[in-house]
Amino acid sequence: MNIIVCLKQVPATTEVKIDPQTNTIIREGIKSIINPLDSYALEEGVRLKERCGGKVTALSMGPPQAEEALREAISLGADEAILLSDRAFAGADTWTTAYTLAAAIGKLGQYDIVICGRQTLDGDTGQVPPQLAEMLGVAFVAYVSKIEEIAPDRLRVQRMIEEGYEVIEAPLPAVITVVKEINVPRLPSLRGIARSKSAAIPVWGVQEIGIEPEMVGLSGSLTQVIKVFSPQRNRQGEVFQGELEGQVECLISRLKDAGVI
Amino acid sequence: MSMENESYRGIWVFAEQRQGKLKDVAYELLAKGRELADSLKTELSAVCFGHGIDGVNELIAHGADKVYLVDSPDLADNQEDLYTRQLVELIQQYKPEIVLAGATAFGRAFIPRVAAILKTGLTADCTGLDIDAEQRLLRQTKPAFGGNVMAVITCPTRRPQMATVRPRVFKKNPPDGSRKGEIVRVDFDRERVTSRTRLLEFVEEFTETVRIEEADIIVAGGRGLSKGENFEMLRELASVMGAAVAASRPAVDEGWVPYSCQVGQTGKTVCPKLYIAVGISGAVQHLVGMQTSDIIVAINDDPNAPIFEVATYGIVGDLFKVVPMLTEKLKNQ
Repeated sequence: MNIIVCLKQVPATTEVKIDPQTNTIIREGIKSIINPLDSYALEEGVRLKERCGGKVTALSMGPPQAEEALREAISLGADEAILLSDRAFAGADTWTTAYTLAAAIGKLGQYDIVICGRQTLDGDTGQVPPQLAEMLGVAFVAYVSKIEEIAPDRLRVQRMIEEGYEVIEAPLPAVITVVKEINVPRLPSLRGIARSKSAAIPVWGVQEIGIEPEMVGLSGSLTQVIKVFSPQRNRQGEVFQGELEGQVECLISRLKDAGVI
Repeated sequence: MSMENESYRGIWVFAEQRQGKLKDVAYELLAKGRELADSLKTELSAVCFGHGIDGVNELIAHGADKVYLVDSPDLADNQEDLYTRQLVELIQQYKPEIVLAGATAFGRAFIPRVAAILKTGLTADCTGLDIDAEQRLLRQTKPAFGGNVMAVITCPTRRPQMATVRPRVFKKNPPDGSRKGEIVRVDFDRERVTSRTRLLEFVEEFTETVRIEEADIIVAGGRGLSKGENFEMLRELASVMGAAVAASRPAVDEGWVPYSCQVGQTGKTVCPKLYIAVGISGAVQHLVGMQTSDIIVAINDDPNAPIFEVATYGIVGDLFKVVPMLTEKLKNQ
């Protein structure tokens, strides 16, 4: 079984600040990690391989330093990794990201399943996997919390929705996204760490993938970020003082006055 | 703007239903869509797929000028492949300039595919929408980095402009039964579209009696509760108040309450009249899911907890004393 796991390197924290001068996010001094939900995707890919045999290829698009995330993926059980990196890819929105990933997967050749995390910590869109599925022309299932059964030509999964879960059958190849309930990711093995240090990680740019530079990155993007800002919050609320019992009574009378109880 | 874009007119709201019942987010989007349509001096339409849907006229009462209705047994379940193809076809035929849909689990899974096929821009999980009337551009505000950063996004060159919008961000208007509108029935062509995926089973998962999306009052617990059994105390308070019980992510991750109760970035967004946060510190990921509630009460022993920044009323104190006291006093009212 040929398993592809897409992952993204993201800042290790969401506590980011905006530079008021440049209106961009300050990334200096922030450590990078594999997007947490993508590590569940990787773990599920490795478990599928252990169950069915085959190969796990980790795929990431990002700046040159995203290679670290792919080395980590190898230490965690990926067999191979490919980094999609090119100045032309910078500033990509979800459509061009999906387009670039789809073209790279096309170049990789035959595959059975593409596994992604439900959404990233930074962009928070969750749009790349469904768009990737559409561009690859294969079935798509989001929010998978369990792979019940997998055969060479189809899989049966549980997927979480607001009201509970659904059991869905989909033909392979397919793209799925996973939620954190699906597994508990393992720690890197010693053998994996050794492999990750020596593994060759090819870097593909527009030329290697064979796509037009104007179709990718900022120039190919259909959406435009016109402004970023830090949200304002502050209600200037009332914190009660004095004896606890008095505070509770005060709260009840305020809620009554407001007509909510 | 190109001549091609000039031919796109009107605003569409994808009105999601489940098991024949329209979701509230459809009405919320119609309220906002009405505002946007009026500022663009254009028509507002709802698009609704399903089978035997209750109250399609309600969409008109809530602001739609037109409803495109595709009713077929094949569409009874939310089949993403079928919905994707059907929505693409309708958009290609009628050319709306803006398409809005709820950022529900279903909406966030299938709307991106529609945008991919149409090769147009899509903004995920918006919490703000307004119009640059001169350029007929939709300015879409969305949270990123778990709510620490807000971004304003436009789709300047392609049409339609598409956005998924977080439920409970906009308020629905009261229905106006005297509004007139047209229902356009569209036949579903089952020969042309087939579904690759198959829904085998649906398992409902609710342990709490009142659904948090629909509750007027929510009592929510966090890590401060220390263990799952202590949620019993919140359930007691909730039952006295007729409230639903919710939780922050740590409490769900600990397995104290099911995921269906989770409020926040990776859970649900709620907007009740009263939200009582008990033992919740108020990480930004939680705040984005509840900060638009009318009244927020924070009960926490840490006076520096960020939850107090969004609270209308706060009690700094031991929740294990405050909550039973509150329950007792309310019982005796």
